[in-house]
Amino acid sequence: MSITYLEAIREAQAKLLRDDERVFIYGQDVGGTFGGAFKATKGLAKEFPGRVLNTPISEDAIVGTAIGAALHGMRPIVEMQFADFSSIALNQILNNAGTHYWRTSVPVPITVRLPSGGTKGSGPFHSQSMESIYAHYPGLIVMTPATVEDAYTMLIEAVTIDDPVVYCEHKYLYYHLKADKLPAEGLPTGNARIAREGRDLTIVSYSAMLHEALAAAEQLASEGFEIEVVDLRSVKPLDTDTVLASVARTGRLLCVGESFPFGGVTAEVISRVTSEGFHLLDAPPQRINAKDTPIPYHPNLWSAHRPSAKSIAAKARKLLRE
Amino acid sequence: MLQTAQRSSETIKTKAGPHERFLEAFRWMLLARTFEEKLVSLYRGGLITGGVYIGKGQEAVSVACGLFLQKGDIFAPLIRDQAGRSAFGEPLVDVARTYLGSRQGPMRGRDGNIHRGLPRQGQLAMISHLGAMVSVTVGALMAKRFKGEKNFVGLSCIGEGGMQTGSFHEGMNLAAVEQVPLVIVATNNHYAYSTSNEREFACAELVDRAKGYGFEGYNLDGTDLSACLDVIGSAVKRARAGRPPQLVVASTLRLSGHGEHDDASYVTDEVKREPFAQDCLKRAEKLIVDLNLVDAKTLQGWRNDAAAQVDQAITTAQKEAAPDTNEDWCAISNRALVDQAP
Ligand SMILES: Cc1ncc(C[n+]2csc(CCOP(=O)(O)OP(=O)(O)O)c2C)c(N)n1
Ligand SMILES: [Mg+2]
Repeated sequence: MSITYLEAIREAQAKLLRDDERVFIYGQDVGGTFGGAFKATKGLAKEFPGRVLNTPISEDAIVGTAIGAALHGMRPIVEMQFADFSSIALNQILNNAGTHYWRTSVPVPITVRLPSGGTKGSGPFHSQSMESIYAHYPGLIVMTPATVEDAYTMLIEAVTIDDPVVYCEHKYLYYHLKADKLPAEGLPTGNARIAREGRDLTIVSYSAMLHEALAAAEQLASEGFEIEVVDLRSVKPLDTDTVLASVARTGRLLCVGESFPFGGVTAEVISRVTSEGFHLLDAPPQRINAKDTPIPYHPNLWSAHRPSAKSIAAKARKLLRE
Repeated sequence: MLQTAQRSSETIKTKAGPHERFLEAFRWMLLARTFEEKLVSLYRGGLITGGVYIGKGQEAVSVACGLFLQKGDIFAPLIRDQAGRSAFGEPLVDVARTYLGSRQGPMRGRDGNIHRGLPRQGQLAMISHLGAMVSVTVGALMAKRFKGEKNFVGLSCIGEGGMQTGSFHEGMNLAAVEQVPLVIVATNNHYAYSTSNEREFACAELVDRAKGYGFEGYNLDGTDLSACLDVIGSAVKRARAGRPPQLVVASTLRLSGHGEHDDASYVTDEVKREPFAQDCLKRAEKLIVDLNLVDAKTLQGWRNDAAAQVDQAITTAQKEAAPDTNEDWCAISNRALVDQAP
């Protein structure tokens, strides 16, 4: 048997609906025979009648409704059709869900699934990675699974967690990633994972960029370099300890993210490592992100806009020489 | 060949009688249908990256949106408005360039398919986020008023799905508060992607909302080209004359998938037998034949002309260079202020 990243997301939701009667799924086109723009809820409406509901195109109200339901005992999973459209619901996510526990001592257990990241030809409004924005605001947990196994166990964990979770699933990985089977348990959220061991340089990444980083590490291995690759898994909480421990072994740090370059996850990792582990560094830490323009439509431009194994390897080579 | 350039309010008012107007509209519809059929075949052949979203079944509504606007007006088309965009004056080659990602297109390969516009010519460039263009149209009209321009209107298109966004509601309310000369043409094609009307809204008639916003509202059979020209044409005229903002709600069926990736298997046979499921282009053509407005030879000539225009647009765009990585990666116009990110 082989199961894709997308199927893992569907299976996790099926399991949640089966095991927990508080769970329902709310979003555009998730129900009926359709099962979502990416088919992440295919068949679930039939299997769980009345619990997988199509909504109008009203992101702000969809999340508001989920918050209200969560406050009264439910565990809603909201599917945004694309991460990009969650910008419409920023107010509810950041200002309502994100502040609620701190203001009232009552947590808001919603999960918002964001089909994220670039695929070729998708252009400025169907390609965005929003994890840095959500991580910036207090009160939210932000997950960025990079493997089929994590896609499955982290989504289950997201729904069990009492706080609001923004779950960033990468569209590029939907069909590209496969695993033999789904695990019963995964590493708890907040723990990064060493995806590849090495001693010359640490690359920190997450989501689809992890795979570009691993491919770069493979290229560099043939040139005699041993690259350690860290998969953050969740960007908030951010597992600084695992990153620092890796940098202690390698002395060099390169952070890779697909979102826009200003601020964000890669900048945060570098900031933490320089302030807490400056003495561990043999060279100035580096980062590589998408370019500071909207995400282009044309495949040529798109490939140059996002980091790739090639551009990561080039940056790493330079850093290894320093 | 069809031309938009010479059209002015004068020709609309005086020269074009109802038959001429109908026939001109029909030709824009035919051109849009022919062009989009070509896009679909290019897409199926793997020659277009990303999505293809067509307006099949909505050409009559769309063409009426473009046809009554003139230079100086504002048009905010949406995903199913090929016919209206052409009638408003968007060159077909620019559409081909956008779909094929040519560097010479108005979007220079940076954005694709329906996400295009010619803002300096009054055609706003839609973003995907539905409802967002209503208030932008309001603002454009306010600017014209501030500048003392006269006799202008704006027309903003939306689907019944997009009508359920907060942005749409806010935009409508603002338009009425500002009393701008705006026409909103909403097409209820009975689906928002896979979601049918029951899960979109619960009011008896979308047009009833007009009153709540302070708009004047009109229903329209979107499969009937004469009705489209009449109702949308009158709404444009009223807005231009200073009446309150106008809402037209047209009824059609989307005669395609949401995009070409979608087989629309969720559309039931029962729905396909509804009166609103009629093909507006076929209906218009039948009327032309029944009333003998032009002879068969002329009709065939128009078809050939449409095919030739489409061919020319596509061939031109296909020959042009794709963007490359020497791209100017600047998201703002002021070069001195571009942030040099690492
Ligand atoms: C705010 C927002 N949410 C989600 C989407 C994704 N989306 C694109 S088109 C569409 C359906 C639109 O339906 P409707 O407005 O009726 O237009 P139609 O496609 O039927 O012409 C959806 C949900 C979007 N574009 N904008
Ligand atoms: Mg619709």
